[in-house]
Amino acid sequence: MLLSTRPRQAPTAAPAACGSALTVRGGGFGHGRDAVLTGVDLSVRPGEVVAVRGPNGSGKSTLVRGVLGLCELQAGEVRFFDVPRARFRDWHRVGYVPQRHTVAGGVPVTVRELVSSGRLSRLRTWQRFGEADRCAVDCALEGAGLGGFDRRLVAELSGGQQRRALLARALAGDPELLLLDEPTAGVDAASQRVVASTLAGLAETGAAVVVVVHELGPLAEVVTRTVTLPGAGAPC
Amino acid sequence: MLSYEFMRLALAAAVLVGLTAPTVGVYLVQRRLSLIGDGLGHVALLGVAVGLATRSAPVLTALLATVAGAVVVEVLRARRSTGTDVALAIMFYGGLAGGVVVVTRAPAGTPITLDSYLFGALTTTTRADLVVFAGMAAVVLGVTIGLGRSLFTVALDEEHARASGLPVLGLNLLLAVVTAVTVTLSMRVLGLLLISGLMVLPAGCAQLVARSFRSSLVIAALIGVTVSVSGTAVSFYADTPSGGTIVLMAVAVYAVLSVARLAHRGSLQHGPDVVPTPVRPVDRPDKVPLPR
Repeated sequence: MLLSTRPRQAPTAAPAACGSALTVRGGGFGHGRDAVLTGVDLSVRPGEVVAVRGPNGSGKSTLVRGVLGLCELQAGEVRFFDVPRARFRDWHRVGYVPQRHTVAGGVPVTVRELVSSGRLSRLRTWQRFGEADRCAVDCALEGAGLGGFDRRLVAELSGGQQRRALLARALAGDPELLLLDEPTAGVDAASQRVVASTLAGLAETGAAVVVVVHELGPLAEVVTRTVTLPGAGAPC
Repeated sequence: MLSYEFMRLALAAAVLVGLTAPTVGVYLVQRRLSLIGDGLGHVALLGVAVGLATRSAPVLTALLATVAGAVVVEVLRARRSTGTDVALAIMFYGGLAGGVVVVTRAPAGTPITLDSYLFGALTTTTRADLVVFAGMAAVVLGVTIGLGRSLFTVALDEEHARASGLPVLGLNLLLAVVTAVTVTLSMRVLGLLLISGLMVLPAGCAQLVARSFRSSLVIAALIGVTVSVSGTAVSFYADTPSGGTIVLMAVAVYAVLSVARLAHRGSLQHGPDVVPTPVRPVDRPDKVPLPR
């Protein structure tokens, strides 16, 4: 991930409206004292599929990570479902697909175990997995085109399949707002179509989707709005 | 062997340690923190030395030192500062050196020497020790199994866990404290220098044969109990130190499983069915069922 440390002005997208899944007002995001993005205004309503685009280093990943609190919010505010992030507790309503090509750790992990971990935010600390949770995981696996792969080891999947397993993990929580960071990077055309089709289906159910992409590809058919971050290089 | 009271107590202690150490180890291996138990063992030595020098219970002082050390490790990791590596080394070797120095202040005639903590003294386990060990094992298993799903989620992908609203720092601190408790529980059985062996080696064995995280946990615990009980028995008959014997048994299991795996792979490559058939087509380009 390339991140510029030079602050850039992000364009103002649709104005913050009541009933939005995600609202950013005057958002400044960065790492430590380094500002990567300043003055971000963004509002995403349920049912929208918003593509965040921009050249390398323009702060696309920082925007998504900053919204989720994985890097610092240096200015402004972030609201989930009209609740300020500091007071937001319904994290199960928010799904996240990180920009990562593998999740394999030191111990063998099955695809089902990985995807089930995305359901955890829906459960209380000591609550056991129920039938509804198992169904949600099955649906998430099907939705990401990984039906029948549940017993396979994550480490044995191809890169594209691992990316889709990460998508399935996010889907398992039945998110109402899904943030994806380059879900189609380094993925073959067939897998890209699976991702596009899955996101279209999710948006049809009323979920809001924010997807960081470098190349739209098959996502062009499902994206309802594009936000472009200005960068040092030529705009995409 | 079982006619001796000290051996019955030793075997009971071996079962407790054999069961708990690998269940913690699996999470540590998943997080690629295999050697953290070793470092905490060094810190525990300072606690033992303070206990011996002040004539208070060495298990308690070791527990306090190890828990403090584990919390410092986790806080340093959470801050992700560049000097974390060196800071940990300073803490671990400072603990070891402090232990070696402080123990010289122990009053003359102290019955238990530092050696029994460094290399284990399983046969000195008393009934009172066993009650304490059982309590500690119950706490460790309660966390590693009761909160297994949360610990697994954090160990798998810390960033995703944070984005899901999980109390990641709290869970990491909890695992650190449980690791510290396991180190203290294991020091009399294995010795502080060998603790990491029983935490990590069974998890490493499970890595070779398991087909899921859950089965890794079960296999690691089974191997842990098997090697600690059989190692204790062998040490009785062969008159060898228990800690070293137990860890050597674990190394032997790892070696056997590695060879078996290589042989299995070799037979797959030379056998008639070389290419496994996928369960379902890998990519379905056109129609994909939509999520609810």
